[in-house]
Amino acid sequence: MPDKRMTEDEVVAELSSGMTIGIGGWGSRRKPMSLVRAMLRSDLTDLHVVSYGGPDVGLLCAAGRVRRITYGFVSLDSIPLEPHFRIARQTGSVEAREFDEGAFYLGLLAAAHRVPFYPTRAGLGSDMLTYNPDLKTVTSPYGDGTELVAVPAFDIDVSLVHMNRADAAGNGQFLGPDLYFDDLFAMAAERTFMSCERVVATGDLLEEGSVHTLKIPRLHVDGVVEAPGGAHFTECPPDYGRDEAFQREYAATARDPDAWARFRAGWLDLPSHDAYRARLADRAGSAGAGHASGESSTCRARLADRAESARADR
Amino acid sequence: MSDAAIDEVCLVALAEAFRGDGELLCHPMGPFPVAAGRLARASFEPDLMLTDTIAYAVAGTLPLGATVTRPGAADEGVVVEGYLPFRAVFDQAWSGRRHVVMGASQIDRHGNQNFAAIGDYRKPKAQLLGLRGAPGNVINHTTSYWIPDQARTFCERVDVVSGPGHDRVAALPEPSGRFHEIRRVVTELAAYDFETSDCTMRLRSVHPGVSLDDVLAATPFELAVPDEVPASRLPTDEELRLIRDVIDPKGIRKHEFR
Repeated sequence: MPDKRMTEDEVVAELSSGMTIGIGGWGSRRKPMSLVRAMLRSDLTDLHVVSYGGPDVGLLCAAGRVRRITYGFVSLDSIPLEPHFRIARQTGSVEAREFDEGAFYLGLLAAAHRVPFYPTRAGLGSDMLTYNPDLKTVTSPYGDGTELVAVPAFDIDVSLVHMNRADAAGNGQFLGPDLYFDDLFAMAAERTFMSCERVVATGDLLEEGSVHTLKIPRLHVDGVVEAPGGAHFTECPPDYGRDEAFQREYAATARDPDAWARFRAGWLDLPSHDAYRARLADRAGSAGAGHASGESSTCRARLADRAESARADR
Repeated sequence: MSDAAIDEVCLVALAEAFRGDGELLCHPMGPFPVAAGRLARASFEPDLMLTDTIAYAVAGTLPLGATVTRPGAADEGVVVEGYLPFRAVFDQAWSGRRHVVMGASQIDRHGNQNFAAIGDYRKPKAQLLGLRGAPGNVINHTTSYWIPDQARTFCERVDVVSGPGHDRVAALPEPSGRFHEIRRVVTELAAYDFETSDCTMRLRSVHPGVSLDDVLAATPFELAVPDEVPASRLPTDEELRLIRDVIDPKGIRKHEFR
């Protein structure tokens, strides 16, 4: 089996401005945040983001990297509306392509199945159609006269997802309560990069979950990034919950440009996910509680070396 | 029984929206509606299926705020009877075996609901939650609304239609709208339905202690008012016990009332 391990920055080097980027997870749940932060370290811009959005969308909007968003919602869950997304909408700085949450699922499914659209009642009679003038309806060809919304396939250049576990070949495993639509993000995209809490040997995948948790086959995965804490500050159960204190601090930056500048300097203008984790560990230490940062960064450095030598071998 | 507070009267009025539903997914959004769904199942609609608000269908009555952390661990006597991640919830919505309760920032006499945005959608004065699942829910299965601030929410015309009302659905070609049903609107003042010849909003019952004038003063549109308007029923002793001791011992339901 192939070894697809790579680093966040190597993933981002595969992206380019103007691309359509799908981001897995749901709201402030199991988002590939270390990959999003790596995007913020780059000069990527003019992006079209496709997401059940959370702070992934908020951060990219706040940093001015987004041209267009295709979304089912953009929420932090415990904070119902993503505050940076709110600003982007109210200032008209991004083009909004909003779908009913279920219709969004069908846009991913259509792309995954390589059909131009899937029909649904979702959206009929609502302003989803009014404000998405390119959306079309179809009439049932079977003589019953039902009009349906034709949700177009979401053609995605690259999807980014975060799993609990994966093997080096890209078989992804979720151990929490909900896969969300990450398998469809992977299938809908030309290429998919998967971060995970821990890369394990293929033979060990069933140690923590049943076969039903092996939801993303390596067929749809082009790269694997080991990123412990990679979903922080979103939740990634059972590995960790949402860092609500951190999320509140992040949300407050939308009301105050100085706070945003401080947040940026403190948490985004960092060279790597390891640096981010080290800073989190300091924060947890000074707060005297909270987030356990997991293994040391040397483990990651070792992994990067291994990935590099694997690539050199090829 | 006479010591029921207004939040408890409202909770029972909202639970009544589920009466007769039988075996379907009762899927209220937000703490107050969730309490109403749990009350309905624990008292008069025992075959409903309810979730822990995350991904698990649970038998027995969970208190507000509790969720299943380890399915199968049977902690606190919670029995998981099914698995409903978001994908399964959409499938259930489209199957029609579901009744949701949603909130609203605006609602008109046809039942058009908005919680998406205020002002021009393209550059809103206030971005709200967004369309969320409202378009798909409302066109596919039974929907009710919980509105704790009627005067601020009832309006002549909504700025954005998230959940389509009867006029919008009537304009669709037959039979596209055949699964649309807005069952009930419950506010802090009264309960409403759409059982009129033109499917516009009708006053169904007025909560005890509220006058018809109070209701009309908080209604900026033409409301169908029957000759005899019943009072919303009071909770039974058993319902009060369930609300106070089992479903919401922490009083989370009261946060909705300013």
